[in-house]
Amino acid sequence: MPAVQETIDQVRSIDVDQYKYGFETEVEMEKAPKGLSEDVIRFISAKKGEPEWMLQWRLDAYKRWLTMREPNWARVSYDKVDYNDIYYYAAPKKNPAPKSLDEVDPEILKTYEKLGIPLREQEILAGVEPQNRVAVDAVFDSVSVATTFKEELKKAGVIFMPISEAIREYPDLVKQYLGSVVPVTDNFFATLNSAVFTDGSFVYIPPGVRCPMELSTYFRINEKNTGQFERTLIIADKGSYVSYLEGCTAPKRDENQLHAAVVELIALDDAEIKYSTVQNWYPGDSEGRGGIYNFVTKRGDCRGKNSVITWTQVETGSAITWKYPSCILRGDNSRGEFYSIAVSNGKQQVDSGTKMIHLGKNTTSRIISKGIAAGKSDNTYRGLVSAHRKATGARNFTNCDSLLIGNECGAHTVPYIESKNATAVFEHEATTSKISEDQMFYCQQRGLSEEEATALIVNGFVKDVLQQLPMEFAVEAQKLISISLEGSVG
Amino acid sequence: MADVTLMKTPAETALAQAYESAKTTLPGNVESRAEAFELFTRNGLPHRRVEEFKYTDLRALLREAAPFAGMPSADDAKAALQAAKALKGTQALEVPFVNGHFVRDAVDFHNLPEGIEIVPLAEALANGHDWLAKLSPVEWARQNPVYQLNTTFMADGVMLRVVGKVETPVHLRFVTSANSAVATATRILVLVEDEAAVTLIESHESPNGANHQPNDVLEMIAGDRSNVRHIRLNAEGDKALALSTLNAKVGAEAEFFSFNLVTGAATSRHQVFAILDGENTKARINGATMIKGGQHADSTLVVEHAAPHCESRELFKTVIDGESTGVFQGKIIVPHHAQKTDGRMMSAAILLSEGGAMNNKPELEIFADDVQCAHGATCGQLDEDLLFYLMARGIPRKEAESLMVQAFLGEAIEFVEDQDLHDALVAVVEDWLRARA
Repeated sequence: MPAVQETIDQVRSIDVDQYKYGFETEVEMEKAPKGLSEDVIRFISAKKGEPEWMLQWRLDAYKRWLTMREPNWARVSYDKVDYNDIYYYAAPKKNPAPKSLDEVDPEILKTYEKLGIPLREQEILAGVEPQNRVAVDAVFDSVSVATTFKEELKKAGVIFMPISEAIREYPDLVKQYLGSVVPVTDNFFATLNSAVFTDGSFVYIPPGVRCPMELSTYFRINEKNTGQFERTLIIADKGSYVSYLEGCTAPKRDENQLHAAVVELIALDDAEIKYSTVQNWYPGDSEGRGGIYNFVTKRGDCRGKNSVITWTQVETGSAITWKYPSCILRGDNSRGEFYSIAVSNGKQQVDSGTKMIHLGKNTTSRIISKGIAAGKSDNTYRGLVSAHRKATGARNFTNCDSLLIGNECGAHTVPYIESKNATAVFEHEATTSKISEDQMFYCQQRGLSEEEATALIVNGFVKDVLQQLPMEFAVEAQKLISISLEGSVG
Repeated sequence: MADVTLMKTPAETALAQAYESAKTTLPGNVESRAEAFELFTRNGLPHRRVEEFKYTDLRALLREAAPFAGMPSADDAKAALQAAKALKGTQALEVPFVNGHFVRDAVDFHNLPEGIEIVPLAEALANGHDWLAKLSPVEWARQNPVYQLNTTFMADGVMLRVVGKVETPVHLRFVTSANSAVATATRILVLVEDEAAVTLIESHESPNGANHQPNDVLEMIAGDRSNVRHIRLNAEGDKALALSTLNAKVGAEAEFFSFNLVTGAATSRHQVFAILDGENTKARINGATMIKGGQHADSTLVVEHAAPHCESRELFKTVIDGESTGVFQGKIIVPHHAQKTDGRMMSAAILLSEGGAMNNKPELEIFADDVQCAHGATCGQLDEDLLFYLMARGIPRKEAESLMVQAFLGEAIEFVEDQDLHDALVAVVEDWLRARA
């Protein structure tokens, strides 16, 4: 059946021409010379005051990158990026490394105010209930301009700082883990990122610590002709817990801008990492002009036993999305989860999904993906679930639904399910009818129609996850929660 | 990866040589052969970087190309057909092939059942028969390298026309009798006229121990309000590399059923490319695969709902024993205008042993907003609780497993309406299970 009116209205309210974060901030910027070369990499490394080994790491990646070719298997088509026509480094000229908020350019502060991102700790305290506090790392083009609650987190032993700072202050930790989940040579964009990454967040949660507040990073692309190459590394040591959020926006422009990030998560024994994304990069206009190319490599490694990694993503932005947050379930009894809502409008193209790679015994994974395509967009779910020989007792459940609004868009599902172990049990479905019959019965007994009951149960489930996003980040997410599953095409 | 120039493998070189030396003697239309071969050589044998062959790397699996089989002598053909076992005893009009060549003498052309017309393909190719224009009903299948190879080398086959409701099933019996490895490339074209009905049986068998390389194509145009039931059995020898393609274009308000049972061949790949070309057509495409040892069986399926209001059901069941590998790749395509499409695709696999592997890839490609499409895929071992239940009632484990496997495959086989045929297929399943126990 076709989508219901309510859903159509809600999707319309976040259509590409409704983009609210398209303003530009006038700040004088310092940039690296245009293009990509060893010199540019040296320039970036020097700007960040990096040790020699880091520079060497970047240069090796660059050499490798020169031999690689851009992947073309995804179901997206776009004008190829001219990698020599981008500025790989752009930072506010006035005080690029402010010690406190008072030193930050007021224009930039205003930008974050406009975006609704709280950078002043006291404001956060005054405005919201204390338990909802969020520590924010604000990344503006190539540099982190502010990181809040650093001191308080330090008391708990949590390290939360821009990665460029971590390279200087905790080189051993960085050395040990950087590139251990997404190897330098992983793929074209990850290798590029390894060569030129500028900023991002570094998180380390010591053993047994439950991070006292939500951590988050807010990425803003502002400058013209730049690319953003952030690198995030999160390590949850034994028995620790952290919830991390990421948000992103960019100004409206006719040009396409590249965002090629790498995110690495490492969960040791009994640790849990929750990683949530509200991705709202500028999606281009209704004619498909401009917008961000979002080519991102995100991967979590459940390295220890009983570890858990959860990816939650709400994707509404970007002209092109190429993104597969994945879990390597290495530790016995580890668990990977992926919850995704991807809405495409205008001429957006989304090719996104996840990989759940079961290596350890009794590993479990769950994939819930909802794709909604409207306008002239294309929305593809691409996912891999695999069990290796030793993954005895592996278990996966996948449910991916798509919804089309109008008949100029497309929804595609490309799942790969590979099992090399007889005791692994994989289930993949794309219908909504397989919801627990008990729950259905319970709802229907109380007078709900089958459709209402389905929507209630599935949305209730998704809501559970999304509600954990703090309000500031969840404007889009909240709207999407109420989108019903009526008219789902599978 | 088309822009990468790869070294030609020995098999590719042998195929090129085979074409060079045979192109003057192969019957008929040289142009389409040349075209198909040109397309094939552009990319060579497909390998794992080619998405459609990700799980069945033909470049690696087809190391040496076997020579194409010659025409068997009348006596050899007769002996081969007498020794044939597959689906023996089914009441049907037999249209036999030995080593890929149509055995004309075995068909009484003067006493064909009413409504059936048969034209030998070699003759038709040589004389430029009208029906040849109906070959390749599925336009996009021409991009498929397996199909291209068949088009390049097809030397024999039949063209079959069905008018009205034909009661007697037609059994296309393929027997390879040669004891050393041979390649065959047969092409069957079936034209089912509007309102016609027919049951087509296809069986493929060859001796164990020889690396036979059959590559057969069955093409079908089913008219409006037609009813086609197609039942296929792959009982090839244990060393064979069997490639097969079914191209079907089905008209409006028709009913189309195709079922493929695989137990044979070291490596097999059965491709179904179907277009539902008229409104209110119902298609059901099922498959059951039972493999063991080091077998590799691939079921590939693309169904295009080219018209609104069509319904398709795809159900594939795979039983994997030993170190064998099962592959299911299915795709349902729903273009913009095919509103009210109802498609359901399901692949279920059971792994009976450590060491087996299953690769599932159920894809959907949807451009219409008012459709119902679902796909599902499961993979696991037999339910221990159920096994326990049966064993608690005194049934030995192996037998309990057999019962459960039968029930599991039965869901795909039960759509074969013809009782005799159904029983014959169940017997194949039982034989396989008996050999296992």
